[in-house]
Order: sequence, then C-alpha cells, then structure tokens
Amino acid sequence: MTTAEPLPVLTRKDFVSDQEVRWCPGCGDYAILAQTQKLMPELNIPREKIVFISGIGCSSRLPYYMNTYGFHSIHGRAPTIATGLKSSRPDLSVWVITGDGDGLSIGGNHLIHVLRRNVDLVIVLFNNRIYGLTKGQYSPTSEQGKITKTSPLGSLDYPVNACSLALGANATFVARSIATDTQHLVSTLERAHQHKGASFVEVFQNCNVYNDGAFDEFTDKAVRPDRTIAVEHGQPLIFGKERNRGLRLNGVTPEVVDLGNGITESDLLVHDETLEDPTIASILARMEYPEFPVPLGVLRAFQKPTYDELMEDQVQEAIAKQGEGDLEALFAEGDTWVVD
Amino acid sequence: MTARSDDVRELERVTIRFAGDSGDGSQLAGQQFTNTAAIFGNDVSTMPDYPAEIRAPAGSLPGVSSFQVSFSSHEIYTPGDSPDTLVAMNPAALKTNLPDLPKGATIVANSDEFTEANLHKADYESNPLEDNSLAGYRVIPVPITSMNARALKNSGLSNTQIDRSKNMFALGLMFWLYERSLEPTLRWIETKFTKNPTVAEANATTLKAGFYFGETAELFPVHYRVPKANLAPGHYRNITGNEATALGFLAASKLSGRPLFYASYPITPATDILSELARFKRFGVKTLQAEDELAAIGAAIGAAFGGSLGLTGTSGPGLALKSEAIGLAVMTELPVVIISVQRSGPSTGMPTKNEQADLLQAMFGRNGESPVAIVAPATPSECFDMAIEAFRIALRHMVPTILLSDGYLGAGSEPWRIPSFDDLPKFEVKFATDPESFQPYARDEETLARPWAIPGTPGLEHRIGGLEKSDGAGTVSYTAENHEIMVHHRAEKVARIANDIPDLEVVGNPEGELLVLGWGSTYGAITSAVQRARADGLSVSAAHLRHMNPFPKNLGDVLSRFERVLIPEMNLGQLRMLIRARYLVDAVGLNRVTGRPLKIAEIVEKISGLVRRKVSVA
Ligand code: SF4
Repeated sequence: MTTAEPLPVLTRKDFVSDQEVRWCPGCGDYAILAQTQKLMPELNIPREKIVFISGIGCSSRLPYYMNTYGFHSIHGRAPTIATGLKSSRPDLSVWVITGDGDGLSIGGNHLIHVLRRNVDLVIVLFNNRIYGLTKGQYSPTSEQGKITKTSPLGSLDYPVNACSLALGANATFVARSIATDTQHLVSTLERAHQHKGASFVEVFQNCNVYNDGAFDEFTDKAVRPDRTIAVEHGQPLIFGKERNRGLRLNGVTPEVVDLGNGITESDLLVHDETLEDPTIASILARMEYPEFPVPLGVLRAFQKPTYDELMEDQVQEAIAKQGEGDLEALFAEGDTWVVD
Repeated sequence: MTARSDDVRELERVTIRFAGDSGDGSQLAGQQFTNTAAIFGNDVSTMPDYPAEIRAPAGSLPGVSSFQVSFSSHEIYTPGDSPDTLVAMNPAALKTNLPDLPKGATIVANSDEFTEANLHKADYESNPLEDNSLAGYRVIPVPITSMNARALKNSGLSNTQIDRSKNMFALGLMFWLYERSLEPTLRWIETKFTKNPTVAEANATTLKAGFYFGETAELFPVHYRVPKANLAPGHYRNITGNEATALGFLAASKLSGRPLFYASYPITPATDILSELARFKRFGVKTLQAEDELAAIGAAIGAAFGGSLGLTGTSGPGLALKSEAIGLAVMTELPVVIISVQRSGPSTGMPTKNEQADLLQAMFGRNGESPVAIVAPATPSECFDMAIEAFRIALRHMVPTILLSDGYLGAGSEPWRIPSFDDLPKFEVKFATDPESFQPYARDEETLARPWAIPGTPGLEHRIGGLEKSDGAGTVSYTAENHEIMVHHRAEKVARIANDIPDLEVVGNPEGELLVLGWGSTYGAITSAVQRARADGLSVSAAHLRHMNPFPKNLGDVLSRFERVLIPEMNLGQLRMLIRARYLVDAVGLNRVTGRPLKIAEIVEKISGLVRRKVSVA
C-alpha cells in the first residue's frame, strides 16, 4: 500500500470494540476472534477500510466485537451483502463471517455463487457441526446419526464437506484450519487475505456447550500428527508423528502409504495449490477421518481476475470507448419530434 | 364498390390492434406504427399483449401476440377500450381478439392463412371469412402472405425470410389506411439492417408494396386522417414505462452524485429494467444479475451501506422473496430502493397479465412493525419522475422505498416530453464525516433520518444489523423501553415524509357528490371516465395518488369534501381497505382482476350508478 502519510501504527487493541463479548465461556469462537484481531494490524490497512459482514448464528456475532465497520445481517445472506459492497466499493477489505448453518444450509446458494464469481472477499466459515444459537440441533455438517433434540433417533442427513463444496463451486482460494491452533489459524487467515479473489477458510471450531469435542478424535494434541495432514505448497504430503506416512494418488483415489520398503518421498503426491483444475484439491478436501488423515492448510490458491475488478473494468472500458455518459443525449435517443 | 379510395375522412381518435402468431411480428408492426403516429404529432398510448407460453405452437390460440395502439388528435390517457381496426394475421388471432371488437369495427384478415389446417388449429369449424359469422363487422380479406411473397420473389431472401417480412406488408397497408408516412419506418429499417442490405431492401419493398396496395386496390372505400394533437410544446420521444424507470434511476444517480448499483434476478415483467441499465455502464452504473431475489436485494443493501444508490427490481413473487431483507433495510435504515413491476398473482399467477394486487404486500409484507415508503407512477412516462422521487425520499429520509409499477405501465408507451437536466429536482447527499460525538442512530431533528456513515470514513467505524439497536448509540439493545422508542421512531420517520411530498390534487370541483380516487396504472381509464361523466354533467371529480405511504397530508381533507368515494382498482380493494381503515370513509370499490386494464366504459357506468345530481358544466 502506498500512502503519502505513514499509517498510524495500530495494535490488536485498536480492533477490539467496546462491546462485551457474549459467547459461552470456553467457546472456540474466542480464539478465532482473538486471532482475527491480532492479524488486523499486520495487514497495514486503515481500520476504516475494513468491513466485517455476517449472517446469523453464534459465529455471526463476531462483527460486533471488531472495531471496524460491521454488518450483522440476516440468516445466510452475508455473501450477498458483501458482494454488493465489494462490487460497488472495491477499495474496501471485506470479510464475511459465517457458520455451518448460515453458510451451508440457509445460505448455501449464496456461498456457491459468491465463490464462483470470485468476488474479492475473505469468507471465514466457523464449522462446529451444530446449531449453537438455537441450542443444539444437527447442522448440515453434523455426522449422520447425530442425536439431538430434533433428531432423537439420529439425524438422517448425509453431511456436506465444506471445502469440497467450495472447490465444487470453483473457489479460487480454499483452506482449512482449526481454532485451537492459533499459529496455523492466523497464518491461514493472512494467506486468505493476501489472495485476490474469493478466499474460503473453513475453521473447525468447538462448541463446548452443544457439541463438545466434535473434532477431538483427530485434533487432540496426542493424535493430531497421525490423523491430520498439513498440506503445504510444493511439499510432498507426509504426516505422522514420525513423519513416516504419506499420501499418494492411485488414479483419482488417494492412498495412505508407509514410507520405507521401497516407497520413498518421490512416490508421494506433491501439493500444488496453484493448479487451475481443482480436481486434486477436491480429492484432498474429501479425505475424512478415520479412512484418511484430515487435510489442514491451503488446498487451493489459484489467481484469476476478480468479479469486482472485472465489473469496474467494464465501466472504465465503456467510458473509454463511448465517453462518459451524457444524460440529456441519452434522453433524446432514437426518434424524437418537436411540438411548438 | 364505387367509392374512390382517395376519399379521406377525419377522425379524432383511432385504435388499431395488430394480432398474429408470436412469430408474425405484430409487436414490431405496432411499435413502428406508434412511433410514426407520435412523430407525426398524435398523442399515442399503447398496450402490448404477449402470449404466456414462450413458444406456443404456430397458429394456435395460446400463441397469439398482439399490440394495440391508440392515436389521437387530443390528449389521450389509455390505449383505448376496444380497437376500431383489427389486423388478424391468422384465424387464431381473429378468434382470440374478436371478443374485444365492437360491432362495426374493421377486420383486416390475412386471408391466405385461413386454410383448413389453420382454421382447425384455431378451433373454427368453418371459415369465418366466408360463413357470415362476422356479419356486423367490416371484414376486409387481404391475401397478405402471397402478396408479400410476390413482392419479394426477386429479393434474394429464402422463403422463410420472405414470410417473416409479411408484417411489413400489413404495416404498409395500415400506413396507407391512416395516411401516415413511411419515412420513419424506412429510416428504422435502414439503421436496423445496416449489416444486411438485402434484408433492409426487402423490408422496405414490402412495406411500400402494402402501402401501394391500399392505394390501388379499392378495398377500402375511404381512408382516414387523425390530425395532430395539441400537446404541450417541447421535445418528445416515445417511451415505455420500463425504459422511463431505468432513465429515472440513472437521473437520480446523476442528481445525487452517487453511483447507481442495480442488482436483480430476471423476472417478467421487470427484466427490461435490468437490460436497460446494463447498457449504461458509461454512466458508471454497475449491474449485477444475482443468483436469486434474495441475493439481489442483499447486494443492493450492501451497495447502499457503501454509499451507492442501492437498487433492486422485481415483480410480485420476487417482492415476496425480498421481504426479509427489506425488513433488514428498515432496521438498518439504509436508503435502498425496490422497484416492483406488478403482475397477476398469487404465486406465479399470470406473468404477462396485469394486476395491482401487491399494494398490501408492499405496505405490510414483512415481520414486525416495518414501515417503508411507497410511491407509484400513474403513466409510463411518469415512471421516470417516480424513479427519481423514490431515491429522493430514500436518501433524504434514510428509508427503504418501494416503487410500485405494473406490467401495463412497464410495457405500455406514450410520448414523453424530454426534460432538461436542469429542470429535475435536485437532492443532495450528505455523508457523516465528523467523528466528534458521532452516533450511528442519532436523528435529524426534522426528518428523524439517521446519518449515512459509509465505510472508509475514519473514526466512524460502527456496526449495524438486524438486531434491535439502542436509540442513538446503535448498539444491540433488547430493553423494552428502547424497543418501543425505536419502533415509534421508525414509524414516525416514515410518517414525516408527508411533510415533504406534494398535496393530492383534485381534478374537477374540489367538493361534490363523488370523488373517484385511484392509484397506479388505472390513471388513464379513470381520467377518461371522469372526463366523460363530467361532460355528461355528472358531479364527479378525480384524484390520483402517487404517494402510497405515507399518503399526502391533505388526503383526509380531500376525502371529507365529497359525499361518496369510488376507488377503482385491479385488485379486490386494497387501497380501499387502507383508506377505510385510515380515514373511516365508506369508500366503494370497482374491482376487476381480469389481467387486463380497466375499461373506461365500466368506470363511467359505475359513476353513473353512484351520482344522482347533474351539475351544469361550464
Ligand atoms: S453455543 Fe456453542 S458455538 Fe455458540 S457460543 Fe456457545 S459454545 Fe460457542
């Protein structure tokens, strides 16, 4: 950013609003809020240029706690409001905060379209696999058979995989992180911000009241190295406490292999986040525990022109070609006549 | 036949309906006739009628499309109750349009198409041109298809292309019958087909052939002349309501100095507004074809939050989908404008047919106490003014505003006196900029509007949203007293718009036995009917509402000066319900939901039944 005057140095505190945070004690949302507030001063953007837009749900309260511009909208519609804002004001840094219910259920359609249009936004989806605000009903990411008050015999729904859906919509940036790993989270959010285009970040977030431990079986410190896999651009896909296991592709089927016994690093899939074709990223995104280690990190970061940029270009091109619009000339377009 | 074809008879007003298969080009012929009459100096009014099916089978009854144009030597307000002349390009067109024809009307029928197969498709058992069933009409069979083919046999066009030009032959014939110049259409052909001189040539040839046929054939004992109308001096063009709406929004953008952002999902009969505005990129307009109605209004709200003129457009079903988001705009007090071009409902209803049945939806179709401003144009050209008015109100009062147009206004056309930019109402936009004591929900003393504080303004960072906000500070608040205050603020803010809009004007005596009160596209029929009734000496006046919420301040007073109030509407009495509830006036209704415009004659009849006294009209 080139500004004549140096920006005032901001700190995390400058991004903390005067509103009392009202999530349940112990909720994973706190960590995401803290990392977001911590990241903001690093972005070197004037505070007034930052806007957080959310829908409805526990996660969607976040804008109230950010001392930036904010819009806590209606259920599922944050991507639409963000699209209108960013398309009309490309100078702003616009963030969408959503959850598994808001973004994948009631607002699923908008999520698909904001991603395929590649509007230059950061979309952070807090996935806690439950409806928290309405006190614990199964969500579109809940595992089948989930027992809740609205599914006393177990939910029948097959769950959706958020990153896979995003890639299906041809999202140009797709990443996954977990709220408990603050380092990973803040660097993932930073990458998402740096990407020009629609950046989608799914964050596994624990709802300790209605779905406690939803991700423990693979995110617990003790098992995490064996049950998750860090995807890093240009690196072979290796995981395991001993870093002795890897992932290779057999046709379009991923395979977990043990290194050694003739299998070396060179047999493994090397992660390339920049591929235009999202197929391999989708294969990775669809890997779920226990069959596979759960991938964390940036699955895809492919650059192409953004919607807001293209929209602005069309305006500028029309002006360059036809000259700035003359309203009175337009009024008198076509056949006219004079009555004296 | 002994009469010579150069006998000319002068008429005050003529209504022609071009009807044919959707592929027959009746819309185009009608539009060209309209333009030509308008350029000549007639007042004109038009009504297109499209088939509901996109491509109904050729020659079938549901496949008939028509275009009615009325042109006159005096001011007219409607496209006419019934046509004087019907051009029927095939049997189906005759069958579907005959019920609208008064006895004595002229029927120009393309006799070539009255074949057994086509008669069968139109459910005719015998040929109406021959079986005397059209006695009482003046039937003029003209072999349009074959004469057009003969005129173009050396044109170099394929048979299909030749056949497609037969509307031009029919149009040429009508130009002769009503003594109109071919020039404007010839000019239009030239520009339209610059890239295809063969087609241009062919169209011009057959247009002229139709004209000369009229001159020489002696089928018509006389032809007619409708002298120029006495329109107010000025520079005119013909304009449809949807075109006027788009231009009005563009003007609002220029007047306010803010860029226009239009987000919409295609829906009949509002789509034209999107395609119009999409052409205006050089004016800085951004258009977004959204994934659905919800996204369209969401994007408009986002744009309004950012300081643009946030605009979305739709029709009834889409307005229903937008309800929740309109509520959000009420709560966040953002100046979004929603244009709804009404059509017949409920549900999908009859997309190409007209109705005014979304007034109560616009008024009340949201959860909670959720007032918005509503304006409604009365004529196609007035859509321009009301589009500007919608934004003027929205911006000054920081309130979502609904512009209620309808399909009849949107697709209908009339001459528009082209305004000069300087004559348009100015309105300024003031953004909040001062962080000192800034409060997002502070209120303007006069209007109660909250400040428009857009992202990018240092020191004004704040959060808005759908949760109830505390008075002034704008933080989330669930307290009982605050909610009551805020509900009243929002209601009072809308009520105070009444201080800022013109009084309702009464046409005719300011008091008397009967007031006919209307809104929206019934204006033409009501005005004509009241004129007619007054000419008959009946004590009746008319008034037409353009501001539906709030109503003009003097409405109660106007109503109280009449013994009775008649409210004709294309619904079951929606304005009447509001008027009765608000003013305790025992208004009576004239309610039609036929999908077609109200007829002047039926309003006159209703008036005659209600008015007892005759007054002498000076
Ligand atoms: S209900 Fe769950 S997700 Fe919501 S605030 Fe409480 S712990 Fe967090």
